[in-house]
Amino acid sequence: MSEKRKAPGMPAEGAEQSPPETLGLELLRKGLAADPEYRGEHPEPRFFITDEAEDDFGGKTMTLNLGPQHPATHGTLRVVLKVRGEKIVAADTEIGFLHTGFEKLSEHMSYQQWVTVTDRMNYMSAMNNNVGYAIACEELLGVEVPRRAQVIRVILSEFSRLADHIVCNGLAGMDVGAFSLMFWAFERREKVYDLMEAVTGTRLTTSYTRIGGVFRDVPADFDSMVKNLVTEFRRFLEEMRSMTLGNRIFEDRMRGVGIISSADAVNWGLTGPILRASGIAYDVRKARPYSGYERYDFEVPTQEGGDSYSRFVQRLEECEQSLDIISQAIEDLPEGPVLSEDKKISLPEKDEVHQNIESLIHHFKQIMFGHGILPERGREVYSSTESPNGELGFYIVSDGEMNSYKTRVRPPSIFHFAVLPKLIEGLMISDAVAVLATLNVIAGELDR
Amino acid sequence: MGTPLTPEQITERLSKQFGDELSVHLPPGKSAAQVAIVSRESLEDTLSFLQSEAGLEFDFLVDVTAVDYLHFDEPSIQERFAAVYQLYSTIHNHRFTLKTPVPEDDAWVPSAVELWGSALWAERETHDMYGIRFKGNPDMRRLLMPEDFPGFPLRKDYPLRGRGERDAFPQYLDSGPISGGAGKEGGGG
Repeated sequence: MSEKRKAPGMPAEGAEQSPPETLGLELLRKGLAADPEYRGEHPEPRFFITDEAEDDFGGKTMTLNLGPQHPATHGTLRVVLKVRGEKIVAADTEIGFLHTGFEKLSEHMSYQQWVTVTDRMNYMSAMNNNVGYAIACEELLGVEVPRRAQVIRVILSEFSRLADHIVCNGLAGMDVGAFSLMFWAFERREKVYDLMEAVTGTRLTTSYTRIGGVFRDVPADFDSMVKNLVTEFRRFLEEMRSMTLGNRIFEDRMRGVGIISSADAVNWGLTGPILRASGIAYDVRKARPYSGYERYDFEVPTQEGGDSYSRFVQRLEECEQSLDIISQAIEDLPEGPVLSEDKKISLPEKDEVHQNIESLIHHFKQIMFGHGILPERGREVYSSTESPNGELGFYIVSDGEMNSYKTRVRPPSIFHFAVLPKLIEGLMISDAVAVLATLNVIAGELDR
Repeated sequence: MGTPLTPEQITERLSKQFGDELSVHLPPGKSAAQVAIVSRESLEDTLSFLQSEAGLEFDFLVDVTAVDYLHFDEPSIQERFAAVYQLYSTIHNHRFTLKTPVPEDDAWVPSAVELWGSALWAERETHDMYGIRFKGNPDMRRLLMPEDFPGFPLRKDYPLRGRGERDAFPQYLDSGPISGGAGKEGGGG
């Protein structure tokens, strides 16, 4: 066996670990002590003590909670900081405040029903979750998606990605003091939501995809709406650039904080803009093209710095690529159906259901409990797509029933948030905010 | 990027190295990717072989999860759980799925944290949801559920609606664990 490679940041084998400090909450500890077996290797939680005897302001450390209710955490994330003055000596995180049991729900809902749940994961870009899940199910069932539906999916996913990226950048700007950036970003996001509303009927929780396509066609003026929005976005990205890049205050705050080397980024499982800002050109859209991404001419930009500034610039550059993809896709939007013709998979038209018996049977077979879409028993797939935050994977195991035996979501955010303590140790508290902002951790998909 | 290998080629390389310790499972259906199954005794060796062997070089652990086969009536599946590893190589652009069976009464697998840092939280979540311990993982605290939660929600015998607060957190009741006595006001689920 070859020599094992050590994960960076992990304690060496046999190295003495500092004894975990006790938590001040007696009640919590009583519960923990009750069941030591399930507590694993760590007998005590590692959240830091706020004990008066040890905690003073005369040169020692104090414990500070950043979140779960804090404006800079943009969601329910709890970061516990051990600080000496303004400097972070150690950090620990706690998540799960938004844990909703999506994966458990998947075992009790039919494949089509669970599309609505995917909206609630990364709620900043629900469309990408819809598409990712639909593609996983299509792989599971072996369904062909009509070309028109694929192109619509690409266009809307890329708009969703744009909205996600600019809001992330806008909030990052706000966190380091450029408040107007946030307002501008949110204003543009509303424009994207207008488009989403026109197409899907909802602004935020789109639930647009169905297994085998999308649930309805785009409106007649879709073409002009898309083209206007692309023009507007190009102008807006220029504004965002001129506001931030080269701005002395902005650069001082963002450069050199939260640096991730490319080796660490791969080892820690980071994906998406964060991985690419560390110099690895891995993009699922290029590595394993889906929905016809191989037809479009686009680059996978990368940065060298690996710091917060690089991640900010990376998102801006990816926005440009998304606009390029949209411009190409809208030119080549074919005519045709938007949902698979296979009536075992897609629901028939409602008019048809009322008029002929065959459609009524298809409708019944899909809706009634115990029927539905039935993948082959024992089949399992892992399918991944490029969501704005990175690789969004779905691992589905089927037992031949109408609901999946297991659905696992591989959310990018959970791997991004796991490295936060390592990134912010040794920085100032305000730098921690700048790092957290560019990681773009979305609590919905983090906790699921 | 090098040439990606198919899962079949990768299992072939693995079989050459490990011989009988490895079995291959092909899920049904067209274009199904092969899934290799290794015993947990040889899991560590297999993972480190996959990471370091020239031509394979899986430098990216995409995900760790588990499946609870409690209600899955299939004679070929002997153990209740299986830990599932999704691997990817940024060098060769290929990916691979590895499974290891985990018995119910002694639910543990060796940790992959020393090979990939991304295993740290992925294993933590799997432990949290299924109660499978990853030996060698330095942080086996609960991830999503509260620290003092007694159950494992993604196990098949855990009800969808949970067991209610009074069963899940008896230590917070005035009357102690529930035994017909009145719980705290508004308790229960």
